[in-house]
Amino acid sequence: MNIAVCVKQIPDPATPYDLDDDNHWVVRPNDQVLDDTDRVGVEVGLQLAEATEGTVTLVSMSPSGSLQGIRQALAMGADKAVIIDDDTLKGSDALTTARILSAAIDREEFDVVVAGGESTDGYTGVVPQMMSEMLDVPCLSFARKVDVDDGIVTIERQTASGYEVVTSKLPALLAVTAGIVEPRYPTFKGIMQAKSKPVETLTASDLGVEPDVGQRVTEVADVASREAGDIVEDDGEAYLKIVELLEQTKVI
Amino acid sequence: MTERLKPETPDPVDFLAIDDLLTGEERMLRDTVRKFVADKVTPNIAEWFENATFPAELVREMGDLGLLGMHLEGYGCAGTSAVAYGLACTELEAGDSAIRSFTSVQGSLVMYPIWEFGTEEQKQQWLPGMASGEIIGCFGLTEADSGSDPGSMRTSARLDGDEWVLNGTKMWITNGSIADVAIIWAITEGDIRGFIVPTDTPGFSANKIEQKISLRASVTSELVLEDVRIPHDAVLPNVTGLKGPLSCLNEARFGILFGAVGAARSCYESALTYAKDREQFGKPIAAFQLTQRKLVEMMIGVNTGMLLALHLGRKRDEGSLSAEQVSYGKLTNVRMALDVAREARSVLGASGITLEYPAIRHMNNLESVYTYEGTNEIHTLILGQAITGIAAFS
Repeated sequence: MNIAVCVKQIPDPATPYDLDDDNHWVVRPNDQVLDDTDRVGVEVGLQLAEATEGTVTLVSMSPSGSLQGIRQALAMGADKAVIIDDDTLKGSDALTTARILSAAIDREEFDVVVAGGESTDGYTGVVPQMMSEMLDVPCLSFARKVDVDDGIVTIERQTASGYEVVTSKLPALLAVTAGIVEPRYPTFKGIMQAKSKPVETLTASDLGVEPDVGQRVTEVADVASREAGDIVEDDGEAYLKIVELLEQTKVI
Repeated sequence: MTERLKPETPDPVDFLAIDDLLTGEERMLRDTVRKFVADKVTPNIAEWFENATFPAELVREMGDLGLLGMHLEGYGCAGTSAVAYGLACTELEAGDSAIRSFTSVQGSLVMYPIWEFGTEEQKQQWLPGMASGEIIGCFGLTEADSGSDPGSMRTSARLDGDEWVLNGTKMWITNGSIADVAIIWAITEGDIRGFIVPTDTPGFSANKIEQKISLRASVTSELVLEDVRIPHDAVLPNVTGLKGPLSCLNEARFGILFGAVGAARSCYESALTYAKDREQFGKPIAAFQLTQRKLVEMMIGVNTGMLLALHLGRKRDEGSLSAEQVSYGKLTNVRMALDVAREARSVLGASGITLEYPAIRHMNNLESVYTYEGTNEIHTLILGQAITGIAAFS
């Protein structure tokens, strides 16, 4: 089975990073890390590949930099990577990102595309759905459990109140949620092999895509500081109020 | 020379930005071990220490990662650089010296001599299983009356027909009671030879040493060999004399000089966090000059220790590291770590004596590390001989 896994290199969340004063884009350091949610996607891809003797191809749109984040995913066991690194794609919106990733994936036959639900630096959360439209395959979103058997993929789709069982023929696109699997540690052998695995670097024109970034970030504001919580005085019936609050927030 | 200094304040822990001296691959490997320790060791280590439990369930996971015999080539070993091995030791020992000790014994004291001095058959038989963690090893050199002076050992081996017969008692043996195989150093015809002894051989027994207050999450044992008969080909053929065990110890000491920095870093980080949080007289204790001095001394110790370790690691990878330079690193980095642990304990106040904070656990562990793999005193005399040309012991 050919499995494409969409991954993103992002600035290390442990170190504060800057936004450009003029266009408000993230200033990307040379060394970026693999988005933590993508480790989940890579793990799902690897498990599917191991079950079917398949291959895992990473697809990523980002300035390559030191490729540290991509090497992390290769060290986990992915077979190869395709990077679209193109200055004209800076500041891309979700639609452009989806067009580029889809074009890169569509160059080869694929059975499954795996993507994280949303990136940790952009949080648009719509790229997988857009890609499924462009690739003309079903989108199985919010997948918290994945099984592939005899050309049919079955997932449990996480919902607010429980889960739905969704099946589809292959090829299909899976958008996975965190917690679906425990991402493996890269092994030392994997880490050392990662640097010799093939990484292909493309531009938008290689893919025949005309970059058309229509989105501008006009303003950036700091997050409002969190307000103090409500205090419920116990007059003997406070539990009722607390149960009501928990129900409102759908905790229970 | 550039004219301007960087405006950013350095990182409080990696103050000298030593991270910049590592390759991407080295950092990835270091980060992997750091995460493994954060996930698997740190949440449980206080309990293991308190209950004197070695986490045997971690051994296979360490094998899967590639931690066991990681710097050896082939036979299922990862084949990393010496610096990578050192960085892994730093992270493991930031968790606990017991975990680093396990990997040092397995990789440097048991797998290394088989890899370096063993036959092809011996390597094939033992190394893949040890690399994966299926087989646990221990190293029997020290005896109750033979520590710094291993040449005075009494354990003997004699040929009887087609078999070696081993007799003697080894002491302070890490992994002793959980090992499947032991490398036993014994005197035969006036020379020291190494033997590969499966621990289920009749006449072999291991007694766990109880009531110790250091390395409590590590198994320490006495090994008793009473007419242990092993095949003729169980001897390590390619080494005779003290050079055999001493070359193993040099391997392990190299891991320790990196490992000690990890223990020190853990103590310093916990003291720094605590000092900024803990308020007395209306301000954080980190605001007091006395505390700041302690924190700065700890930070300097950790950073210079890491620089030293990395320098020695680079020399090792280029093949220019001497045994005396390893002694330098072991001597000074373990001493530094012990000083940092004690200083951190004092910053932590009463909390510092509990297992909720790492300082006193590391401090107690480091008392063992200070003594094992060549005592501080012996390493001092090795350096003394190196700079004066005069041996103070022989």
